[in-house]
Amino acid sequence: MTAPLVFEGVAAGYRGRPVLRDISLSFAAGAVTGLVGPNGAGKTTLFRIALRLLTPQIGTVRLQDKELASWSATALARTIAYLPQEAEAHWPVQARKLVALGRLPHCAAFASLSGADEAAIDDALSRCDAKEFEGRRMDELSAGERARLLFARALAVGAPVLLADEPAAHLDPAHQLRLMELLRTEASRGTAVIVTLHDLSLASRFCDKVVVMNDGQVVADGAANEVLDDTVLRSVFAISARRLENGIVPWQRV
Amino acid sequence: MLALLALVLGFASLLMGPANLPVSEIVTGLLSRDGIASVIAQQIRFPRAALALLVGAALGASGAALQGLFRNPLAEPGVTGVTSVAGLGAVIAFYFGFASAHPVLLPTFAVVGALASACILYLLSRAGAGAVALVLGGVAIASLATALTALALSLSPNPYAMSEIVVWMMGSLKDRTLSDLAFAAPLVVFGIILLLTAARGLDALILGEEAAHSLGVNIHGIRRRVVLGVALATGAATAAAGAVSFVGLVVPHLLRPFYGYEPAKLIFPSALGAAALVTAADIAVRLISPDEKLPLGVLTALLGAPFFVWLILGMRRDR
Repeated sequence: MTAPLVFEGVAAGYRGRPVLRDISLSFAAGAVTGLVGPNGAGKTTLFRIALRLLTPQIGTVRLQDKELASWSATALARTIAYLPQEAEAHWPVQARKLVALGRLPHCAAFASLSGADEAAIDDALSRCDAKEFEGRRMDELSAGERARLLFARALAVGAPVLLADEPAAHLDPAHQLRLMELLRTEASRGTAVIVTLHDLSLASRFCDKVVVMNDGQVVADGAANEVLDDTVLRSVFAISARRLENGIVPWQRV
Repeated sequence: MLALLALVLGFASLLMGPANLPVSEIVTGLLSRDGIASVIAQQIRFPRAALALLVGAALGASGAALQGLFRNPLAEPGVTGVTSVAGLGAVIAFYFGFASAHPVLLPTFAVVGALASACILYLLSRAGAGAVALVLGGVAIASLATALTALALSLSPNPYAMSEIVVWMMGSLKDRTLSDLAFAAPLVVFGIILLLTAARGLDALILGEEAAHSLGVNIHGIRRRVVLGVALATGAATAAAGAVSFVGLVVPHLLRPFYGYEPAKLIFPSALGAAALVTAADIAVRLISPDEKLPLGVLTALLGAPFFVWLILGMRRDR
């Protein structure tokens, strides 16, 4: 089976400032891929290309074996779900209404939600254990609960590719672990989950594959314990780490 | 319920006027073809009542849509300077005599003015300006428009033109005719329809622009529709009634909790609520001073400005 999302020799930038160079990556279905790298490495830019917010200068991006540029906006919206960095609700709408926004790509203009839409919303809410507060307003909930609902919104799209940009940032440890578990569950249903993470412990523990990016290029790509070796940690992150049985803990600056 | 309230107030407005006509005469006057009562009802009272509803609807819908687009409860045609520049456009039309050359030129100039300021706001928001920057930008636009309007006044060729401009600027529905109504109505209605077509996109914007884009929403299309819709509706309303400020701020803000804070659901009720509010204010103006020394725009500003301050204080507390 071919990977649902493939980058081939992609280079991109903003107004003449190159951000990504020669990116060739493929993201597999049913797996969690972690994108790690220092700030400004180009992780978010990679997402922006997949969402067609930015057009590559060189190279091609293929989604389900079809060139990205040839997708219609609606079909693309049904195929790639996106959870932005520091996602927040800008109006304090009811929690369920927020999750329902994930069904927009499935609704015809001015049509109301169908039974299938309602079922998808229920499913997303219960998978995130958010059913109990679906009737509450967003400003009545804690930051962790809001993060779960925003994640449920992305799940409600029901897309075969899920991009999550730093979903674990600003969350307490329990909510961070909860979110990583949710990402794993989503991948086990066959979704290609791609997540950017600053937390190398979470990346090494929960990701099937880790892509290390630095300065707009892919430095390493493979299983977490192989990719995050001492050389990469030192040259890319300027740290050393302690190794556990199935993960690493960043320990010292070098 | 809001529609009913607007209708009742609109009808009440028909009953107000210097000629003390009983209800029955107004009703028969509206329907019959001859007699003094029919002239008063059809040529004087009806345009005024209908324009009050129309101006309110335009301002309410514009306020709700702008607040949704900018995700900011302070956005409003008045605060963001759209009304002022529409007013400047109309003053230019007065000043150079275009307004008397052809009646359609006054609303045209006002709409062009509104469009120009709405485009500046749009560019500001695209440059990543936050809530405060938008309001400050609006203040700058409004001050510039006020300064240019003052310049037009001081250069005004004759006292009559000057007083005409001043009275018009204060915002009033006094002595409006059927032709004023005929020019404003299609623009306002088209503007509001344009805003309603953007409604679902405004809902998606709750999640921010990039997430809305990922849901297949054409963000640029939504912005274009809101900017054009607001410019048409507010421009036409300003051309008809002068500067009636704060209505577009107050009404959506008060109604928002009743519509689950959803921008899409808020536009139409805001139009109805503001139609009721402007009509009520226009009735109040006539009750408070029967010789109409208290202009409509002054009354809404007197009530709206303290509300605006209260809103800003509330926002600060939330943070």
